Amino acid sequence: MMRARAGETRAALLFISPWIIGFLVFTAWPVINSAYLSLTDYDVINDPNFIGFDNYVTLFQDPKVGLALRNTFVFTVMSVPVQLVVSLGLALLLNSAARATGFFRTVFFLPKMTPPVAIGILLLLLFNGQSGLINSALGLFGIEGPSWTTDPDWVKPGLVLMSLWTVGASVIIILAALRAVPQQLYDSALVDGAGWWRRTLRITVPMISPTLFFLFVVDSINALQSFTEAYTAFFGSGNTTYSNDAALFYVIYLFQQAFEFLHMGYASALAWVLFVVIMVITAVQILLTRRYVYYEGDRP
Amino acid sequence: MTSRLVRWSVVSLAVAMALSACARGTGGGAAPTASGTYDPRAAFQGTLTVMGIAGIDEIATTRMEKAEASLGGAKVKLIEGDLDIQQFLSSVASGSPPDIIYANRDQIGTFASRGAIIPLTACVQGERIDTSMYDKPALGQVTFGGELWAVPEFNQVQITMANAALLRKAGLTVEDVNGTDWTKIAAATPKLLKASGKVGYDSKLPEFLPLWAKANGADLLSADGRRAQLNSARVVEALEFAVGLYDAQGGFAKVKAVRDSADFFGKGNQFAEGELGAMPMEQWYVNVLNNVSPKTPMAFDTFHDKQGNTIAYSSGSAWAIPKGSKNPEAACRFAKTMTLVETWKAAAQARLAKRKAEGKPFTGVLTGNTRADAEIRKMVTSGGRPWDDGVKAVYEASAHTFTLPANPADTEFKKAWQDAVNRVLNGQQEPKAALDQAQQEAQTALDKAWG
Repeated sequence: MMRARAGETRAALLFISPWIIGFLVFTAWPVINSAYLSLTDYDVINDPNFIGFDNYVTLFQDPKVGLALRNTFVFTVMSVPVQLVVSLGLALLLNSAARATGFFRTVFFLPKMTPPVAIGILLLLLFNGQSGLINSALGLFGIEGPSWTTDPDWVKPGLVLMSLWTVGASVIIILAALRAVPQQLYDSALVDGAGWWRRTLRITVPMISPTLFFLFVVDSINALQSFTEAYTAFFGSGNTTYSNDAALFYVIYLFQQAFEFLHMGYASALAWVLFVVIMVITAVQILLTRRYVYYEGDRP
Repeated sequence: MTSRLVRWSVVSLAVAMALSACARGTGGGAAPTASGTYDPRAAFQGTLTVMGIAGIDEIATTRMEKAEASLGGAKVKLIEGDLDIQQFLSSVASGSPPDIIYANRDQIGTFASRGAIIPLTACVQGERIDTSMYDKPALGQVTFGGELWAVPEFNQVQITMANAALLRKAGLTVEDVNGTDWTKIAAATPKLLKASGKVGYDSKLPEFLPLWAKANGADLLSADGRRAQLNSARVVEALEFAVGLYDAQGGFAKVKAVRDSADFFGKGNQFAEGELGAMPMEQWYVNVLNNVSPKTPMAFDTFHDKQGNTIAYSSGSAWAIPKGSKNPEAACRFAKTMTLVETWKAAAQARLAKRKAEGKPFTGVLTGNTRADAEIRKMVTSGGRPWDDGVKAVYEASAHTFTLPANPADTEFKKAWQDAVNRVLNGQQEPKAALDQAQQEAQTALDKAWG
């Protein structure tokens, strides 16, 4: 019996060994190595020079790190709730669209297929201060739209609105959760005379709260790691050297240090600080929201 | 069972670490062959890998055929695409670099200071390359620590471009916007704005700050490449003026919005649509305009400093040999042949034939080889006015270039002044404060890089 189990274990290990080796080589080792590199002065071409915690000391004195962190936090605080509310709203709409749900589900998901670089370029066109669709639409109501792509006060709101382009994935996830809410709960509420708002707030939201919480955490992590769209729109489009500090997100600054200035040691330190920041924020989210998330298997 | 699992994990980790360790360090590959046996009569075998070349057209293929033939047997293998610095440096660090790279000239100082490329002193002597044929500012840009580190290839310069119809409508001439008299540009801008309804004059910030500074008698960097001069009074004045031109047109945001929505490389470009009065611009745009909108009423002139002298900021590409190149001698021959006068002439002939077949004029090719430029200029065919004026302006500009010296922190230096200009354009800082900050950032980077 024991011998048979040992054989199974060996076979299992053998079958998953490609993944284990891949994980060790391409994930675990780079992570460990970056921790070491964060303690060095390393420019890719020459051997790393051990400098202790100098990179971390420099990091806390670097005003651009502060700026990048501020920008990233502001963007996260703005974008995550907006994305959640819009996703929930669209999912509720889809849930009540009886026959055409499949069609609309596809329609809402399609923008998610757009490459992030294309979304960055699209942002410049949609939010163009002179001829963009957004300002043209605002103009119909007599509103003179702002300079979304140059005014530092409007750059982040523009990016937040643009982030809604890819909200389709969250909509699909929430829709799946909505479909899992037992119908008898709504039937009972209807018998008790509960209206749509009351049913949504008292039944729907609590029942899908694990899903909302999951999206809250994942969207927050994604927002804290924002890069491609903002980089394409404000740091890397075409042959222009125009950039905007208001869109300098933490990962963009990390990328600049690593791949433009070749300060790999410093960039590794930046990466580890971001890792710690994300861990702390996620832990706080879990602690603060624990009592608001309902898991069916939990004891009351 | 547990001990077996532990052994398994340890073995896997050891294998992973060994594999990963291969990806770093300077070991492997050939030693720097700065003093290789370069001989103009030698024939080479094997493969010559070339990294960093993109947008291959008849100018490139004609010269590459000649360069490959000059190797006497070795085959050229291209790694197509713009040079990826990370990929290149990683390949050098792992001991498997390409044999030759095609890079921007302003990257050469950084590569040289980090030991990623080898000096070409022995290559130049052994292959008997006559460096006097190369454009002096271009050579200056690839000379670091008194040694030549790359061979200049293409050249880029700026000239003044304007929509002649809008100039006429505004009662102006191209001389009013060619840079000689800044008060004239300031006066012309609102008039051109009125005529175009979109943009009167685009001073092309942030990228052209070095040009505006030079026009005002200032260099952004000292001649030895060690001292930033970003917050000198003349640079501040130049930035204030160039930004002021945007302010006079409703602000940079408005100009950028027009820029972003323009069909820059197509028939609906800003000049063709009558949306832009004038701007300084790199010479290749003359070819673009001639190609896509030949009927656009254009006016061309060189860009002038305040004394009325033609000036242009020279930039462009170059060939360099990486440290660890398996065949530096063949790479040296390749770089030499690619940039010889005869090779450039053959390439120009190919372009000329193509343009003739398309019924279009040949407007020339601007190289880092002044003798080749002189020969190619003789081959230029007339496209009538205004295109002939454009070609004339381009060649005149290429004879009056300046550049920034090679330095080991070029990326950080550029980033510092470009960020400063952007902060001003975005309304976050005044020019003086922005350039003060840039000066500090740039000097810190230079001090660290020079060591």
